[in-house]
Amino acid sequence: MVFAKERSRRRWVRSTSFVGYLLVAPAIGSLLIIIAYPLVLSIIMSFSDKTIGNPGKFVGLGNFKYLLQLPVFRIALTNSLLYTAVTVALKLVLGLVFALLLYNLPKTRQFLVALALMPWFVPTSLTALMWWWMFNPLFGVFNRLLQNVGVAGIPWLSQPFWAKIAVMAVNIWRGIPFFATCFLAGLLAIPRDYYEAAMIDGAGSFMRFWKITLPLLKTTIGVVVLYSIIMTVADFEIVWLITKGGPQEATHLLGTLAYTVGLMSGRLGEGAATSLFLLPLLLLCSIWWLRSIRRSIRYEL
Amino acid sequence: MKYLIFGFLTASFMITTLFPFYFAFITSFKTDRELYNLQMNPLWISQGWTLEHYQYLFFKTNFKHWLLNSITVSIIVTIYSTTVSTLAAYALTRLSFKGSSLVAIAIMLCYLVPPTLLFIPLAFVVSLFKLTNTIWSLVLTYPSFTIPLETWLLMNYFSTIPKDIEESAMIDGATRPQVLLKIVLPVAAPGLATAALFGFSQCWAQFIYPAAFITFSPNKVLSVGVPVELVKGDVFYWGPLMAGTVAAALPVVLVYLIFTRYFVAGLTAGAVKM
Repeated sequence: MVFAKERSRRRWVRSTSFVGYLLVAPAIGSLLIIIAYPLVLSIIMSFSDKTIGNPGKFVGLGNFKYLLQLPVFRIALTNSLLYTAVTVALKLVLGLVFALLLYNLPKTRQFLVALALMPWFVPTSLTALMWWWMFNPLFGVFNRLLQNVGVAGIPWLSQPFWAKIAVMAVNIWRGIPFFATCFLAGLLAIPRDYYEAAMIDGAGSFMRFWKITLPLLKTTIGVVVLYSIIMTVADFEIVWLITKGGPQEATHLLGTLAYTVGLMSGRLGEGAATSLFLLPLLLLCSIWWLRSIRRSIRYEL
Repeated sequence: MKYLIFGFLTASFMITTLFPFYFAFITSFKTDRELYNLQMNPLWISQGWTLEHYQYLFFKTNFKHWLLNSITVSIIVTIYSTTVSTLAAYALTRLSFKGSSLVAIAIMLCYLVPPTLLFIPLAFVVSLFKLTNTIWSLVLTYPSFTIPLETWLLMNYFSTIPKDIEESAMIDGATRPQVLLKIVLPVAAPGLATAALFGFSQCWAQFIYPAAFITFSPNKVLSVGVPVELVKGDVFYWGPLMAGTVAAALPVVLVYLIFTRYFVAGLTAGAVKM
């Protein structure tokens, strides 16, 4: 009896399932403590009026209602959506153009890609500083070059309009190489025969792009764009380091506002609600992303 | 004609991409006298190179501490998360157990949780562990982005290794741990390197967590120390600031230059294949 029990225990220990659970346990354990638990905690906080040093009480949707009629929050919300829409659209178009250019330069391609990825692998907190310096009104390179050709300098970071343009430009600059490299890999995966067959049938270069390249690149584009939307909605460093959300709070994103409210002013509940406000949108994008990724795996097989 | 247009467009993309690095680089070697003289050409160094900004950086600021902290945190986290991710990725691609696909989806979803969503509650978790203001707060929290990323890259890599070599070794009497250590890991070495390199550079770059958890200057890391501490009240801090930027970027740039192939492979694998 005891012997049989022991044997079945040993079989369980040796079984694939047990080994599987054992191997994923450290990763899952870590992620439970540093992602799942904080995420739940954040959702609970967003329904409370918790501040640093005060546990707070449940206020239901109070934070969200309050935020929606707060002018700064409205600015941050519109900015986050505008910032994401404009930059993702331009990264998509310019990334695709850059990828097509690189595709047509087979000899120097590898070298150019390696160099062009610099904005992607150098930390954003550092590249944002480089841009901040270039945008400096007096000594920055842009205004000095403008002055050299006799044009008045642009108030890059002191006027809301130009400040928004500036932070978006930096985001686009950082994103293009990533988009282009992913698209280039997608382009290279398209069999050359397709193009040759189309050429024999008399299709021009625009027709080939429209009928072959775009449809076959669709999944790659979807995966990259969705990923970029999620990360851009939640962007932080570029705005924080270049404008701090100013001038007159005009460039705040939800992330930078959440940092100001939640950590610097210590209103944790309100800060959590601010950062979680677009969670439904992010979830939607995530599910869609997962589905496109799985579709692209199936393609691969 | 076509090539001329192609060449011109490609050159414009490359110049726009690389110019900020060039400009930061020359700024860091310019004397203050030339830097703030509006008559001089801003695009070149014409009055001699100087190391004064780097000297200031290394002897008058906490830069050395931040460098050491960045190295310590990035190495510890990379070792931990690469180990943990390798085990998880192996299990998820090789052993089909109940719930394994659910676990894989959960890890991929974790990959999509941006740090901006988590820094407020994580600040609370860090204080629970009594790690506020120490570099260990980063060792605790960085795996939240390195583990999902590395597991995903490694799953991708393991699925390209044919199962046959493992199966034939098992028929020859090797046990699972032996197969993993002696056969799979050596074959997967490039994948492990890619995962570790990605993990390392993400640790090096992380900004919002160290900014949120650490206020004590000598305990900061480079990604926060340089942008936050080198900006002083007076106007003339651009030389040291750009020197700090160049010096802080240099380690990642070197790692990248040595291992470019792995980085590019990992990037495209992550975004396109899976």
